[in-house]
Amino acid sequence: MSILEVEDLSISFKQYTGGLKQKHHHVITDLTVTLEAGEILAVVGASGSGKSLLAHAILGILPSNAGMSGTIKYAGDELTAARQRAVRGKEIVLVPQSVNYLDPLMRVGAQVRTSVKQGDAIRAQRKVFQRYHLKSDVENMYPFQLSGGMARRTLLSTAMVSEANVIIADEPTPGMDPAVIVEALHHFRELADNGCAVMLITHDIESALKIADKIAVFYAGTTVEVAPVDDFFGNGEALRHPYSKALWRALPQNDFIPIRGSQPDPSALPSGCLFAPRCEKATLECGQARPEMRNLRNGMVRCIHAT
Amino acid sequence: MQLEAKDVGFRYENGPWLFRGINVTIEPGEIVGLTGPSGCGKTSFCKVLAGYEKPVEGSIAIHGSSLLKNVYHPVQLVFQHPEKAVNPRWKMLKTLREGGPLDQELLESLGIERKWLTRWPNELSGGELQRFCVARALGSGTHFLIADEMTTMLDAITQAQIWHVVLEMAKKRGMGILVVSHEAKLVQRLCHRIIDFHHMNGRRS
Repeated sequence: MSILEVEDLSISFKQYTGGLKQKHHHVITDLTVTLEAGEILAVVGASGSGKSLLAHAILGILPSNAGMSGTIKYAGDELTAARQRAVRGKEIVLVPQSVNYLDPLMRVGAQVRTSVKQGDAIRAQRKVFQRYHLKSDVENMYPFQLSGGMARRTLLSTAMVSEANVIIADEPTPGMDPAVIVEALHHFRELADNGCAVMLITHDIESALKIADKIAVFYAGTTVEVAPVDDFFGNGEALRHPYSKALWRALPQNDFIPIRGSQPDPSALPSGCLFAPRCEKATLECGQARPEMRNLRNGMVRCIHAT
Repeated sequence: MQLEAKDVGFRYENGPWLFRGINVTIEPGEIVGLTGPSGCGKTSFCKVLAGYEKPVEGSIAIHGSSLLKNVYHPVQLVFQHPEKAVNPRWKMLKTLREGGPLDQELLESLGIERKWLTRWPNELSGGELQRFCVARALGSGTHFLIADEMTTMLDAITQAQIWHVVLEMAKKRGMGILVVSHEAKLVQRLCHRIIDFHHMNGRRS
């Protein structure tokens, strides 16, 4: 049984465009993804494709004008709003993307200690700070006294000491120097090897490949592919979806050649496959209906032409 | 035209020196990478180069002479966070006009759609906004572009799209570029040579 299952999740935002006229922005459409205990799932994809929103939906911290459909299951049972409140910060923790999530009026050492559930909180906090090369005087500082990289390491520490079953890390590494990034990635792997499930949302495909088991590729608010990490090599010939291939080839260490165009506007999504307007393989059929997610070669893909 | 930083040192008010004794020269059409650990003063150096801050010691010169005031600045800076670099109360067209008359060809090559021009900044994604910031910085009077983590927040496809346009423009106009980035692979891909800011910094001596 998967520890976390997201099935057909859709999220839309209501916006008033003038007077009482409303417009719905479909920011996540039919998203399906599962997370297993002991596994690291990396989530990569276009900027603004809904990666952070997925994290916020799982934790139940979406803004109030968001509407949601589909199901999220945790340990086999549906994750209702009440259950989200009960498990978040305890069994499911988030490493938020923005360093603004630190409490500005609390010393950072104390913030990290609040998430230690058993044993000596001070010792656990000092140990994790040492691991992330944060000097002993940092614990008495307030967030405004930290550099961007230090603030990120503090956020990460909070999740790492929590002994949660599921860690959702939303872009945890930008602004940190390479040595600390390596340390953080190893730490995720260690936690996963001890039975924790990790969802690592990132732009850094290269780092993700080093530690993750599977990679989910997002585009325009949906998962277009889930692939084992070993499929990311060469020209992307083992990848299933045209978007994943294009993303892989656009990396500076690969061809650095982009495809044209940009993601569709969430208020005017195409009726068929969301990637069809930019896809060179697109046929008439692609414009007719949204392709279903299907299993293919030990992975999953949302494309009728994929082989 | 050559952009030259001579013995540049900078600090905020009476704070500690962020850097001292920095010497960098960028030739027309040259693409130079600048790397260094976070917090070593790279962004402040970019601001000094582009005239946002005055060097506390040393000087910035273009083609041997110091810069004029009240004219279009030939050194333009693009920041990491586009949402912080545009006026939230201006529609995109007005923001774009800050860089001079519109260049339709450039807008098209950057993939800026016509309907985006009438939108507010909060109605566009980070990648879309950054295209505007790049277009704004590439006015015809720009001889040097400083790209401070310009594509760090963007996905690989958007990153490649933007850089292809910028590189082509650099070739066409003989524009020099300083690329500041933590991404070693990107810097290697783009630059003719790479300088390490941390090693150059004479602050500790």
